[in-house]
Amino acid sequence: MVDLGTEICGVKMKSPVILASGLLDNTGAIMKRVAKFGPGAITTKGIGPKNEGHNSPIIVEYEHGSLNAVGLPSPGYEKMVEELKIAMDARVPLIVNIFGKSVDDYGLVAKAVSEIKPAIIEVNISCPHSQVAGQIFGEDPEIVSRVVSIVKKNSNGIPISTKLSPNLSSSQFLKVAKAAADAGTDAFSAINTLGPGMVIDVYAKKPVLYNKRGGVEGPGIKPIAVRCVYDLYENFKLPIIGMGGVMSGKDAVEMMMAGASAVGVAHGVLIHGMKIFKKINKEIEKFMLENGYTSLKEIIGAAH
Amino acid sequence: MVVDISTYKIKEVRTENSKIKTLSFSAPKIAKKARPGNFLMVWIPGVDEIPISISNSDGENIEITVKAVGEASSSLCSKKVGEYIGLRGPYGNEFMPIGERIAIVAGGYGVSPLIFFAESLKEKKLTFIFGARTKDDFLLLERVKKLNGESIFCTDDGSFGKKAIPTQELEELLAREKIDAVYTCGPELMMRKVFEIAEKNKISCQASLERWMKCGVGACGSCAMDPIGWLVCKDGPIADNKILRKLREFGNYRRNKYGEKMPV
Repeated sequence: MVDLGTEICGVKMKSPVILASGLLDNTGAIMKRVAKFGPGAITTKGIGPKNEGHNSPIIVEYEHGSLNAVGLPSPGYEKMVEELKIAMDARVPLIVNIFGKSVDDYGLVAKAVSEIKPAIIEVNISCPHSQVAGQIFGEDPEIVSRVVSIVKKNSNGIPISTKLSPNLSSSQFLKVAKAAADAGTDAFSAINTLGPGMVIDVYAKKPVLYNKRGGVEGPGIKPIAVRCVYDLYENFKLPIIGMGGVMSGKDAVEMMMAGASAVGVAHGVLIHGMKIFKKINKEIEKFMLENGYTSLKEIIGAAH
Repeated sequence: MVVDISTYKIKEVRTENSKIKTLSFSAPKIAKKARPGNFLMVWIPGVDEIPISISNSDGENIEITVKAVGEASSSLCSKKVGEYIGLRGPYGNEFMPIGERIAIVAGGYGVSPLIFFAESLKEKKLTFIFGARTKDDFLLLERVKKLNGESIFCTDDGSFGKKAIPTQELEELLAREKIDAVYTCGPELMMRKVFEIAEKNKISCQASLERWMKCGVGACGSCAMDPIGWLVCKDGPIADNKILRKLREFGNYRRNKYGEKMPV
């Protein structure tokens, strides 16, 4: 028998495959529905101050993945707390992704969401397609330190995972990660989308995404995600939620061998729908059986 | 690809009334698959992308009928023949014919997917109830008049057809005759009433629902309805009795662009 169980910051998960932030995670009802499809945990959509988000198209595919520019729409964290209460019934650990338009916002949002006692708070300092929040907080180690500190202080003991941007040089990436670690992050989520990138329709002569620029995700960015996870594992002793282009069990195993204790899926949900969690779970199980593994502990970090 | 935004030249623009136009495109790839009840995600370059019901398809050409209500639909209504518009789909489920004796309740602009459905029901006995505010708010009337079966037109002010509301006409029809199934599209409160009448009379009901939609393919969650997370774009847009009974927000509230709940 193989065991697909894993653990991040003491939070036990039945599967290492989790719903990454951004898809099918904006209402309590839809998260409860996704939870029935076998993910180890559910990550909510970015929760922050009231924000409009972008017009459509918010998503477009390209040959090796997709680009998205949803723009962090939110009814406001006060209202989202009601949706979170519903999602807490889902019987899988809830990871609440938060964003702010200012450092102080991060503190206010962390305080509000920690009251419903989610499993983990994920700090989004890396959204490349919002002009008001996201990546602007994730490039300068000094700002990263202030954001992570205030979230840590306001999260009432709930573990926090800092979601990192890949859109930095590999040395700057590690400097940002170190700032987050020094400020008290309990884990890393890596990576957010790459870019931003752009797709132009040559007949309409216009960028397809309304925001023109969007974060690139999917199989095309997987090698970068694997490198980021590998570097984090090598430099820090913190658990990692790895994500970026995971579509199959083999991809998930690769991400775990790089050092991830759990693996997020987003583009895969776009392509395969909610059934992707069972698909990847089965494929990981098959890989483990065929290669003589019984526990994920033998796989996590095995490439080092 | 799941989200394949391809652009097509507008082939023809027809004016239905002062606010509504029908745009046709030569798009065989889409037209061959189009079923009554399906919708397209329609991209107006540089403006927005919105869901619109398919109002006609002959296997080669596809038509959408658009009412200028917001920025995107107004922009679409101002487009000329030869301009490029992005289309993807067809998406969603379709109206399923049930039984032999069918009633249709269309409210204003909601007639657009229903006329496409009604024209596919060649063997059935049909009553088409079509309501609008005034005479000037009707559209696609020529097609409705050509249907095999009975049509009942009604307006709020009596300026065309009867001075009545469509749901009253449905109740009167049900009192007169045994109907197997009723199909509806239009203002949500009207559809809610149609559903309640269908439930009371224990007949099948299929309603075409609308919610704030972004991806159109069941991934973003914008159109998820409470309390079951029913995705209008992927599970719908057509809901039957079994689903409508579960959808607490149907006829009650909807979420806006921010995700805030608003009364319907």
